[in-house]
Amino acid sequence: MALIWQYRFDLLVGLWWTLKLSMMSASLALVLSMFFGIARYSRNPAIRISASVYIEFFRGTSALAQLFWLFYVLPYMGVDLTPTQCAVLGLGLCFGAYGAEVVRACIEAVPKGQLDAAAALNFSWFQTMRIVVLPEALIMMMPLFTNLLIELIKATSLVSLITIPDLTFQAKAVITKSYSSGSVLLTTLAIYLVISLITSTVMKRIETSLSRGRIAEGVK
Amino acid sequence: MTEMITFENVCKSFGKTVILNDFNFRVMRGEKVAIIGPSGSGKSTLLRIIMALQDIDHGKVSIDGKPLWEVNHGRHLVKPTRRHLRDMRSLVGMVFQNFNLFPNLTALGNVAAAPRHVLGLSKKESEARAAALLAQVGLSEKLSNYPSTLSGGQQQRVAIARAMALEPKVMLFDEATSALDPELVGEVLGVMRDLASARDLTVLVVTHQMGVARAIADRVCFMEGGCVVEEGGPEALLSQPKNERTRAFLRAVHLA
Amino acid sequence: MEIFSWDFALEVLPALLRGAVVTFSATIGGFLASLAVGAILCGLYRSSSRPIALIGKSLIEILRSTPLLIQVYFLFFVLPEVGLVLQPVTTGIIALGLYHGAYVAEAYRAGFDSVPRGQWDAVESLRFSRYAALRYLILPQAIIPLIPALGNTFITMLKDTPILAAITVPEMMFEANDAGSQSFRYVEPITMAAIGYLIMSAVAAGFIHLLRNHLGRFR
Repeated sequence: MALIWQYRFDLLVGLWWTLKLSMMSASLALVLSMFFGIARYSRNPAIRISASVYIEFFRGTSALAQLFWLFYVLPYMGVDLTPTQCAVLGLGLCFGAYGAEVVRACIEAVPKGQLDAAAALNFSWFQTMRIVVLPEALIMMMPLFTNLLIELIKATSLVSLITIPDLTFQAKAVITKSYSSGSVLLTTLAIYLVISLITSTVMKRIETSLSRGRIAEGVK
Repeated sequence: MTEMITFENVCKSFGKTVILNDFNFRVMRGEKVAIIGPSGSGKSTLLRIIMALQDIDHGKVSIDGKPLWEVNHGRHLVKPTRRHLRDMRSLVGMVFQNFNLFPNLTALGNVAAAPRHVLGLSKKESEARAAALLAQVGLSEKLSNYPSTLSGGQQQRVAIARAMALEPKVMLFDEATSALDPELVGEVLGVMRDLASARDLTVLVVTHQMGVARAIADRVCFMEGGCVVEEGGPEALLSQPKNERTRAFLRAVHLA
Repeated sequence: MEIFSWDFALEVLPALLRGAVVTFSATIGGFLASLAVGAILCGLYRSSSRPIALIGKSLIEILRSTPLLIQVYFLFFVLPEVGLVLQPVTTGIIALGLYHGAYVAEAYRAGFDSVPRGQWDAVESLRFSRYAALRYLILPQAIIPLIPALGNTFITMLKDTPILAAITVPEMMFEANDAGSQSFRYVEPITMAAIGYLIMSAVAAGFIHLLRNHLGRFR
């Protein structure tokens, strides 16, 4: 424990980077997943198809391969991104694709009768989405987005491999400095565990407050 | 005549809901009994207790003179061993409202499964037995069909054959025709009636369809609030009920 | 200099293919391990003994809430300290098995829960023993909804194998990086490796689809 205390600042810097990167890439992923998830339902085939290509491509390749590609290959094409930009872009694109798939599945799960009802009321495509489909789909999305967010937080550990000093990177650095791995790694595991638990608790809260009044309590 | 099923002072509740309240009930060997009553009156629980799918809180239940569930004076259920329950279950067969066929087996496989894996017959023997039973319920053509390709009536006939494959002395039908479209009720009822014609077989039918009670039973019991309110021959009870609650129930059923 | 040199691509191809074989074997090994780990965790979780169930639940939670990379490092650094010196690839397979085993345990649970209550009633009323019921009736049903979930695990694992490069397992991404650092040309090897994962996961997805159609024929 003394060892951990000695290197506490290294680990705190790592924690800060992990949280910062999680926030930034989660925001990008959220925007992308909403956009491409809904685009899958566009009436314009070109938009529909490009959304599918994006989703399938980024779900099909490995997140780490994407990060490496942005980090190592892009500079040769004349695009020089900072490691942080690579990280946010890579994780955002990858999890945006997973998120878009969630959005698509939840839109699909809205009962068809509601679409008929919207058509009967002469709603436009945008009105149908905004008034009927999305509010319903959003509630179904929440638990799935929570899972994805936790996956994303875990995936931020990959950025340690493209030289960003996140928690994982710092943990490895401390191991190199201190020649002791067990306690450092256990502490790191515990920190990630706490982050995940806090995230899922907070998201559960948001979930319940969103669906308040919709699930009849005490009624079977 | 000997008693086949005996309930003595049986109580059963789920949480605060009382299902059976100091319930006494007897069925003689070879008797065909129909139990009618509003939903939640404990009819299905009664059958599940006999099939040993459900225990009791108080009292005693015997089948063929042997105790199945017994709660002694200390109000502790004498916990029967799994072995005992399996032995007792060999006397009883059950047909469910939703068929509960095994979707991964053909009609033949469904009926042959228990003879094969429970009685330990050879594959050939168990399939021969299954084929004979399926012929009896008029499904010789459908031996290799999976349940999902059979109509509801056909599925329920397979389920009846499956329950008969272990040669029970008591057959329980839990709303066996309730999940069927009206035009399919006849074929299943026909099979049930054929079975009921066997002298030795004791039959217990829970139903909310009075036609089923009329066709099968020689005694009808009206259950409500965890007790038998009135019982009698099918004609007497269904046409001239004496009890006011029975009359109210039958009026409601006829209106529906 | 052209951006993508086909000559150089051809030159690094053998190394990448060697890496692909390691990737594939590690995935298969990790997958089999995760099936076993999942069964153990699911067994613990469903135990009728409270403390054991709690242990199962906590293990699943820990494995699922922490990054695979950290778990990989943990095994890589800590196992030798307790006297267990393994090949990096073996360590990697164990790590994949543990990490994904927690997800597989969830899948098993969902598969069991997907078998309707009525099936258990039928099984009991027909006097099946526990074993015979599981073996002949319940498992064959529970396995169908499992296939997409397990297929997903397999594909996710395939895409997770580059993480093993961090502990020097010579899989595809390791080879690509290696080729890149020797020649200072990263474009070809990394692009090809990325496409390699895409192809492998597409092939796996197709295979899983076929398997599902084949096993799900009675539905």
